[in-house]
Amino acid sequence: MGELQQSNQLIIMGLSLNTYVLGLWLQAALTFAILSFLIGDNPVYKFAEHLFVGISAGYGVVIVWKQAALPLLIFKLLPQLGPTPGEAANYWVLIPGLLGLLMLARFIPRYDWLSRYPIAFTVGLFSGASIPAAVQTQLLEQAQATMKPVLGLGGIHWGLALSSLIVLLGVICTLTYFYFSKPHEGTLGVTSKIGIWFLMVAFGAGFGNTVMARLSLLIGRVEFLLYEWMPVISVHFNNHMQ
Amino acid sequence: MTTLLQRLESIDRRWIYLVILAAVVIPFLMNLKLPVGKHSPSTTAVHDYIEQLPPGSVIQMSFDYSPASMPELEPMAKAVVRHAFEKGHRILAMTLHPQGALMIRRALDEMALEMNKEYGVDYVDAGFKPGGVAVILGMGKDIVRVFEDMDARGNKLSAMPMMRDVADYSDIALMMDFAANSLPLAWVAYAHEQYGLQMGVGLTAVMATDLYPYWKSEQFVGLINGLKGAAEYEDLVEVPGLGILGMSSQSIAHLLIILFIVLGNVGYIVTGRASQRRT
Repeated sequence: MGELQQSNQLIIMGLSLNTYVLGLWLQAALTFAILSFLIGDNPVYKFAEHLFVGISAGYGVVIVWKQAALPLLIFKLLPQLGPTPGEAANYWVLIPGLLGLLMLARFIPRYDWLSRYPIAFTVGLFSGASIPAAVQTQLLEQAQATMKPVLGLGGIHWGLALSSLIVLLGVICTLTYFYFSKPHEGTLGVTSKIGIWFLMVAFGAGFGNTVMARLSLLIGRVEFLLYEWMPVISVHFNNHMQ
Repeated sequence: MTTLLQRLESIDRRWIYLVILAAVVIPFLMNLKLPVGKHSPSTTAVHDYIEQLPPGSVIQMSFDYSPASMPELEPMAKAVVRHAFEKGHRILAMTLHPQGALMIRRALDEMALEMNKEYGVDYVDAGFKPGGVAVILGMGKDIVRVFEDMDARGNKLSAMPMMRDVADYSDIALMMDFAANSLPLAWVAYAHEQYGLQMGVGLTAVMATDLYPYWKSEQFVGLINGLKGAAEYEDLVEVPGLGILGMSSQSIAHLLIILFIVLGNVGYIVTGRASQRRT
């Protein structure tokens, strides 16, 4: 736990730096910088936040250029620049390339109307692809899953029967809560109140999961500080004392 | 009593942060090891499905997360990768998230080195491909073509021994999606519904509540929920990792938060009644 991992050495102005150790110190410094927000907003936190935003944006630009623009557009039009120079040029990519460029017209107020064409194309394409899929996946399959038998062929399994009834009750009552064409009175009032209880239980479960998720992120940072960064400090200290 | 509760209601929140931090750090320092507890059926379902696959099956794994979700998803990804390698399965790794390419290297390379797996024979890293839904649909027809016959490390996909057996989804026994976003919904809508690809998911706890209905409706074979799910999977493969390590801190911190919520509600009720009596 106290050994330095093998990594490249970085030489800056005659000073040799272990890049792995440098990375660990950077991670630890930025972790503390971000957590300093809990004490109060401060310039150190702001610096770390801006650094994160800038690096994320820069990384995104590089990824889009290297993984999308170059292989899917530039190398298709000009294969002699790419990894397969003998390949024939594919001029069909000019159409999606042009649509992509028209999206950038959004930044020019006088010509921003040109961006409506690629938007229309994208919305149309993905509506056609996703609406049937969403209806199938999120509506029909889910509705089918609520129609579970209460009485099985082999007899009554009380646990499953109760579970099926609760699911059925919860779905119907929750849906009645969202029916606003009539006032929630009488039977409708009772079922919508039961629906509210089911909603509250669901939101409570969601909140509990969210708390667990946020704590997990903190645990991850603490694990890094205790098991990756602090051993490096102890190795440095031991090396210095020898 | 009312004065104490009123004081607690107006306590500086930084004290609460400090107490939570202590609740997370102290179990690590004390090396406290609380048991993982009963495994949830959704996690066990993923494990059992991989367990019953014939050796040599190809499992596609999509690492659709960034470093922001790494603490929750990487432990479960490593545990599933370990399980797959132990059973002799082969892994086709890819990602639809721009920052997922690094996550693949972290989760896969370490396990492959530890378990003496050969690149190109036991696992392939196809890397990141932009396009989302277009990629998912395209892989149903021809996986090599979607990735332009190139893996993430500059090798020809079609030249790899493993990829000779993998043309499209019909050659994939299971698809595992590790995600912190809504990509599992796209995978299930296009890959599962249209091509019949069997799917399991590993999710952050925030996403899990929304996607449990898809496991109950058998659109997913199983679901691994957050760090707890990662700890359960590590327990199932009997190799402790960061998931199990973090469970003690998670349990203590959760108990503390429950205590704060109870105190807060008691204080709210008591001070509310006291102010009613005064009026």
